[in-house]
Amino acid sequence: MNLSDFILKRAVMSVIVLAGLSVVIFVVARIVPGDPARLALGSTASETALETFRTENHLLEPLPVQYAYWIGGVLQGNFGLSTGTKRPVAKDILEFLPATLEMALLAALMLIVFSIAIGALAARRRNSFIDGAVRVLSYIGIALPGFVVATLLLLLFGSLWPVIPVLGRLSPGLTPPQAITGFYTIDSLIRLNLPLFWNAFLHLLVPAAALCLGGLCQEARLVRSAMIENSGRDFLTAMRGYGVPERVLAGKYLLKPSLIPAVSCMGMDVAALMSNAFLIEVIFDWPGISRYGMTAMLAKDLNAISGVILIFGAIFVIVNIIVDIVVAWLDPRIRLGGA
Amino acid sequence: MGTPEKNPVGETAPAGDGRERRTDTLKKAWYRFSRNKLSVVGLAVVTLVVLLALLAPVVSPHPQHASAYTDFANSCAPPSAEFPLGADNMGRDILTRVIFSLRGALYMAVIVLAISVPVGSFLGIMAGYMKNSWVDYLIMRVTDVFLSVPALLLALAVASLLEPNLTNAMIAVTIMWWPWYARLVYGMASSCRNEYYVISAELIGAGRLHIIFREILPNCLAPVFTKMALDVGWVILIGATLSYVGLGEQPPTPSLGQMVADGARYMPEAWWMTIFPSLAIVVVILGFNFLGDGIGDMLARGENRHD
Repeated sequence: MNLSDFILKRAVMSVIVLAGLSVVIFVVARIVPGDPARLALGSTASETALETFRTENHLLEPLPVQYAYWIGGVLQGNFGLSTGTKRPVAKDILEFLPATLEMALLAALMLIVFSIAIGALAARRRNSFIDGAVRVLSYIGIALPGFVVATLLLLLFGSLWPVIPVLGRLSPGLTPPQAITGFYTIDSLIRLNLPLFWNAFLHLLVPAAALCLGGLCQEARLVRSAMIENSGRDFLTAMRGYGVPERVLAGKYLLKPSLIPAVSCMGMDVAALMSNAFLIEVIFDWPGISRYGMTAMLAKDLNAISGVILIFGAIFVIVNIIVDIVVAWLDPRIRLGGA
Repeated sequence: MGTPEKNPVGETAPAGDGRERRTDTLKKAWYRFSRNKLSVVGLAVVTLVVLLALLAPVVSPHPQHASAYTDFANSCAPPSAEFPLGADNMGRDILTRVIFSLRGALYMAVIVLAISVPVGSFLGIMAGYMKNSWVDYLIMRVTDVFLSVPALLLALAVASLLEPNLTNAMIAVTIMWWPWYARLVYGMASSCRNEYYVISAELIGAGRLHIIFREILPNCLAPVFTKMALDVGWVILIGATLSYVGLGEQPPTPSLGQMVADGARYMPEAWWMTIFPSLAIVVVILGFNFLGDGIGDMLARGENRHD
C-alpha cells in the first residue's frame, strides 16, 4: 500500500467516524431532560412563543427528520443560534477558535520539543541523576491534573512572582492586532508590532506550559524507554561496526525508530491538550473556544455544545491522520506492509 | 516493544502437589510484582487509601466536618494540632474532608469500571471473534466514534446536560470508558482467534460460547486487569475534574476537585485549602499507577522492562 492510498483510506474512515459522532451528539442533546424550546427561550417565554420556536426548529418532527435538518445545516456551516450569545454558533466558533489553536499549537510544540529532548537526555545518561530526576518528575507530571497545575501556576505567576503575565491574551489597555489569522502573535508580527507580539507571546507561555505538562512527562518517558530498548538492537551494532560516528548513530539511527511509540501517543495527547484546554482556559481567563464551550455546557446551550464538540471531533480526527502519516514516514514497516 | 523473551522463572513447571504449586505460583507472582519497588509503594498507598475511605468516620479527626458544618471562629485556620492540614473557609477540617472525599472517588471508580469493563470487553471479544463480519464493523465503528472525541470533553458535555450529581457524573464517565476496553480486547481476541488452540476447539465441535468465553477470554484478561488498575487512577482524575467545575458530587459532601476549586479563591493566604487536596489527588493517582505497573509486570511474563 502506498502513502496516498493509506491517506485516502484514513480520510474515508474519518468521515464515517465524524458522521457517527454527529449522530451521538444529536441524540445526547435531544434526550436531555427538559424541553429544548424552554431551554432556549427561558422560563418567562409564553406558550405561543414556545410553539413558534418548536415549529421553526422542526422540534415536532420525528427524530430522524430533525437530525436530517440539523446535519444539513451543519454541512453548510450553520450550527444554529447560541442561546447564550444570541449569535450564530458558527460565528462564535470562528471568533473563539484561533485563541485556542494558538495556545494549543504552542503547547504541542513545547510538548514535542521538550519531550524528545528530555527523553533523549535521560536515555543517554541512563541511571544518572538527570535520569532519576526525569523519571520521578515524569511520574508526578502524569498524576498532576491539568487544573491543579494551572491553579498552582496561576498562584505562582499571578501573585507570588509576577514576572510573566498570566490572565487573558493581552495586558489591559493594549488593542488586539487587526485579525488576519486570529493568532495575536502572528498578526502582530505581520504588522511588525514587536512590543505587541512580545506581550501576546508572554501571555501564551504559562497557559501553554500548564496545558502540555502532563503529555510532556508521558512522552519523555516513552522516548526514554524506546531509546534504551533500541540501543541494544543489531542494526546499531552493525552501523557502529561500519564506523558511523556516535553522533550520527544517536540522531539518525537510534532516535528515529525510538520516536514511533511517542508519536503514536502524541495524537492522543494533542487531543487531550484540546480537552484539557477546557479547564485551562477557564482558569487563565483565556477567551478561546473551550471557555466558550464550558460556558455553553453550564448554561445547557445545546447548539453551542453540539457545535463545539463536532469541531473538537474534527480537529482530533485531522490530528490523528497527520500522526498516522508521520508514523508511516518514521516506520517503513507500516507503510510497506499494508496495515 | 520487541518479542517478549521467555523468563525462566515464569516458565519452569513446579513439582509437587497442588497446594505447593499454588504457593509456588504466588511466590513467583510476588517476585515479579515486587522486583520494582515502586509497585510495592503503590500497593501500600492503595491499601492505605482504601482503608481510609472505608474507615473514614472512625479515623478522621472531625467526622462531623464532612457535611454542612460551620465554625466561623476557625475559618481558614492554618495547620495546627487540631486541624492537621488546616481548616477551610467554613472552619471545617481539611484532613477530614479529604478522607471523606476518597469515598466518593473510589465509589465512582469502582462503579464506572464495574460497568464499562464487562460491557467493553464483551463487545470487543464479540467483534474480535467475528472479525470481518458485520458485527465486527458495527461494534468497532461505534467504538471509533466514541474514541474520536477526548473522553473528558464528552464526559463534560453529558454531565452538563444532566443534573449535576455524582450518579450522573458516573453515567457520563461510563459512557466514555467502555470503548477503551472494547478496542483493547478486540485487538487481543482478533489475534487469538487464529491460534491453534482456538482452531482445534472449533474442529472438535466446541460451541461458540465455549470458544469465546473459555478459550479466547482467559487469554485477554492480563492486559484488561493491568489497565483496570491504572484506570482507577484515571477515573478518579476525571471525577475530580468534573467536580472541579461543579459537575460531580455536590456540596456539602466533600470531593477533591471541588475542594481545589473552592480553595483557589482563598489563595495564596489559605494555601492549605488547595495544596492538600491537590496533593491527595496526586498521591492517589500515583498509587494506582504504580500498582497498575506492578500488576502489569506480574502478569506479563518475562517481558523486559526498563523502567
